[in-house]
Amino acid sequence: MSEGLIGRRLPRLEDPALLTGRGRFVDDIHIPGTLEAAFVRSPHPHARITRVDATAARRHPGVHAVYAYADLAPHLTANLIPADNRHLAFEANSRPPVLPVDEVCFVGEAVAIVVADSRYVAEDALALVEVDYDPVPGVSDCRAALAPGAPLAHLGAADNVVKTFQTAFGDCDAAFAGAPHVATISLKQHRGSAHSIEGRGVLARPDPVEDRLTVWSSTQGSHRVRNTLVELLRLDEDRVRVIVPDVGGAFGAKHIVYPEEVIVALAARLLGRPVKWIEDRREHFLAAVQERDQYWELEVAADRDGRLRGIRGRMIHDQGAYTLLGMNVPLNASLAMPGPYLLPAYQLDVTVVATNRVGVIPVRGAGYPEGVFAMERVMDSLARDLGLDRAEVRRRNLIPPERIPFDLPLKSRDGTVTRYDSGDFPLCQAKALAAADYAGFPARQETARAEGRYRGIGLANAVKITGRGPFETAIVRIGPSGKVTVHTGAMPMGQGTVTSFAQICADVLGLAPEDVTVVAGDTATVSLGIGGFGSRQTVNAGSSLLLAAREVRAKALAVGALVLEAAAEDLELRGGAVWIKGTDRQLPFAEIARALGGGVGYARPKDVSPGLEATGNFMPPDVTYGNACHVVEVEVDVGTGAVQILRYVVVNDSGKLINPMIVEGQIIGGVAHGIGNALFEWMGYDEGGQPLTTNFGEYLLPTAPVVPEIEIHHVVTPSTVNPLGVKGVGEAGVIPAAAAIIAAVENALEPFGVTLAEAPISPGRLVELMAAGRS
Amino acid sequence: MTAPAPGADARRITLTVNGRRHDVEVETRLTLADCLRHGLGLTGTHLGCEHGVCGACTVLVDGRSARSCLMLAVQANGAAITTVEGLAASDGTLHPLQQAFQAHHGLQCGFCTPGMLITLIEFLGDHPDPDAAAVREAIGGNLCRCTGYQGIVAATLDAARRMRAAP
Ligand code: FES
Ligand code: FES
Repeated sequence: MSEGLIGRRLPRLEDPALLTGRGRFVDDIHIPGTLEAAFVRSPHPHARITRVDATAARRHPGVHAVYAYADLAPHLTANLIPADNRHLAFEANSRPPVLPVDEVCFVGEAVAIVVADSRYVAEDALALVEVDYDPVPGVSDCRAALAPGAPLAHLGAADNVVKTFQTAFGDCDAAFAGAPHVATISLKQHRGSAHSIEGRGVLARPDPVEDRLTVWSSTQGSHRVRNTLVELLRLDEDRVRVIVPDVGGAFGAKHIVYPEEVIVALAARLLGRPVKWIEDRREHFLAAVQERDQYWELEVAADRDGRLRGIRGRMIHDQGAYTLLGMNVPLNASLAMPGPYLLPAYQLDVTVVATNRVGVIPVRGAGYPEGVFAMERVMDSLARDLGLDRAEVRRRNLIPPERIPFDLPLKSRDGTVTRYDSGDFPLCQAKALAAADYAGFPARQETARAEGRYRGIGLANAVKITGRGPFETAIVRIGPSGKVTVHTGAMPMGQGTVTSFAQICADVLGLAPEDVTVVAGDTATVSLGIGGFGSRQTVNAGSSLLLAAREVRAKALAVGALVLEAAAEDLELRGGAVWIKGTDRQLPFAEIARALGGGVGYARPKDVSPGLEATGNFMPPDVTYGNACHVVEVEVDVGTGAVQILRYVVVNDSGKLINPMIVEGQIIGGVAHGIGNALFEWMGYDEGGQPLTTNFGEYLLPTAPVVPEIEIHHVVTPSTVNPLGVKGVGEAGVIPAAAAIIAAVENALEPFGVTLAEAPISPGRLVELMAAGRS
Repeated sequence: MTAPAPGADARRITLTVNGRRHDVEVETRLTLADCLRHGLGLTGTHLGCEHGVCGACTVLVDGRSARSCLMLAVQANGAAITTVEGLAASDGTLHPLQQAFQAHHGLQCGFCTPGMLITLIEFLGDHPDPDAAAVREAIGGNLCRCTGYQGIVAATLDAARRMRAAP
């Protein structure tokens, strides 16, 4: 066995194709005869549909079909995207219809599909589809939606409350009674979009000869798409194959199954031709999910030394027009708040509210950035109120390493107690402070101020649940060619999954990573799949792969021992063969595969199962928690409100690292996203729900000149709940970022009496707050 | 898919893409990006916004970078165009910038990558010895959601070193 492929910064196997224009994203797939689709979308936040007339559009040259609800309804088992989350069920009307019957609930909701020879022609014909809307009042702000007499987001609903729930532990009454320090804090966080640079897209090809349907979708869940099509189009599982080609980023926006995927697949079947739809950026702004609108009203009780006694309060969460994935974002936000701190009592009452904005599901971080923002603002307010150093307040409250594993008396989503399996939170903070020279900051701040410049420093800690099961399959197969292939339900979308998995497999089988082919995201090769979200794939599928590869190794050794007439301990795997150590005698994998494949005349041990292959279905006994501490130094131009990030230090603990280069890339990308959440990304809506920012001129993504060099240090406390010892890292970077940056900006503006209670924060808003602070 | 619709306003144009000449008939409204991607099958050039901000669609037109989503194919008539498919040597050896992108993890999903590479190749031609801040400015009009730009900057500085050493 070749030692040491785990933990190596190996170049990615994905890169050569992507660097030379040979990637294969969904819009790169050209099947002759493909028709192209465009969607008629609601221009109103809320309206009744009184008439749809596609006569003129259907007559337009080059148009093959226009389908609205009435055209597709007979072919659907239900006009509702199936709920994915059974244990947190909702009212039916909060799930999206495939196509609206008589009411649209957000701007951009698809009303009809036009299928034509080309996208150009399809878009020409959009204008010819006559839809009569009768606009009705919409509701945009989730706080306003709770006011008595507020417009209803859905006609016929009793009110705009989708759900209320409480996350709580300990005795808050006791914690607050006689507390030496009590303070209140109001926070607001605003929504942004995922904005993978590749939008969504789907291509469906019917095969009338075999009555099969092949769908290529830019999704985070091939099996979820397959299962939805099976359910809504009443097809057998083996008649639908979903293939996920190269995916140009996802960040949550491709996590759910959207109506468009169902409609395109159905249109292809009805027309008997391949149909493709590629989301454009405007559609992504309007109709792809968003996240982060929450309003928190908190009361905190603490001792004079800053130790927390309790936190209680209320949070209002904007769910948008539809509930697409249960309550996971508001629930996660509420679960995230305690984070790495010893919090004796906690009670958060959450109200989930429907509005006439596009629906909310996780955008990189899934509620954790919001919960962490709330807790870190609490920490900074305690420091301010009690005259303590901000890092010291945190240090006093951090769970000490000797109490890990730590049981938080909090029921998680699956009803189990939350257990931090490993981690050293004080160590991470101490390392981050040292790396950022936190101790030397006051001097730097003073020097800058003497020159009329305003510097600030901020820090934030976070703990993130990762590696949610129940499983993700990995299959290792070696056929008569001797080539090694890994099939998995895991879903690459830029995280280097192919390389990391090749490292894991090659490490066990004594190969070079490039000798392993990783096939992911194809329902034809793996029967079950959960998908790529929640920083879970390396934990689940990676562990499954490790187990499967070990089994294949054991099989190869058993055959090798028999054929080479040697003891198993005298054998080694190297270069695609089993060798007797220190000799030139070997048996290639190809021969072993033929033997175990039933080849006539081949010797094979009786107790070895057929095929040089194995399936791993590791089921993690529990989730595993990663953590991070970020320290940021900024300078604020007090004339313009512009924020410049001078220094950004991350100390991250994601357990063992398969490929540190890839892990660091995930963290840096996450931090950049968090910079957007803190300073730039603001998805605007007017009072009625009309989107105000629908292009990259109006909505700002972080660009290279504003993202600083990110300095990363690792702390490695291996996970105790999976055989690789890994924790997920896909979301690690984003979670504490906005909290740390906002804290740094607040610190810089201390002389102006500015306290910050919101994210994102624009230069204009900072100027406004400075003016208010001065007066 | 990009053949002119019957009756549509169309022109016959000539494009030389990565050294190869193409005579094509295109609708006058067809963008250069769609012509390259769907007309000529050169799908390496990507579309991320189609309104000129993300830079994913950047190609070289007569040696200067242009956003192929904002340019009509007919405007490129007679021009020499370089796309990401034309960067590696004819024997397949990657351009030093491509090599450096792999070495420094300058790409994750790879969707912004073609536009980044083209933009930076023009930049390195004009600025063979840049510093990190200049590289960040140079790609200030190219959006990447995955990498946080750090690997791209490191790759560019490294490629500049390699290219100066072996011009
Ligand atoms: S696609 Fe051309 S700039 Fe974005
Ligand atoms: S690598 Fe994914 S957008 Fe840049």
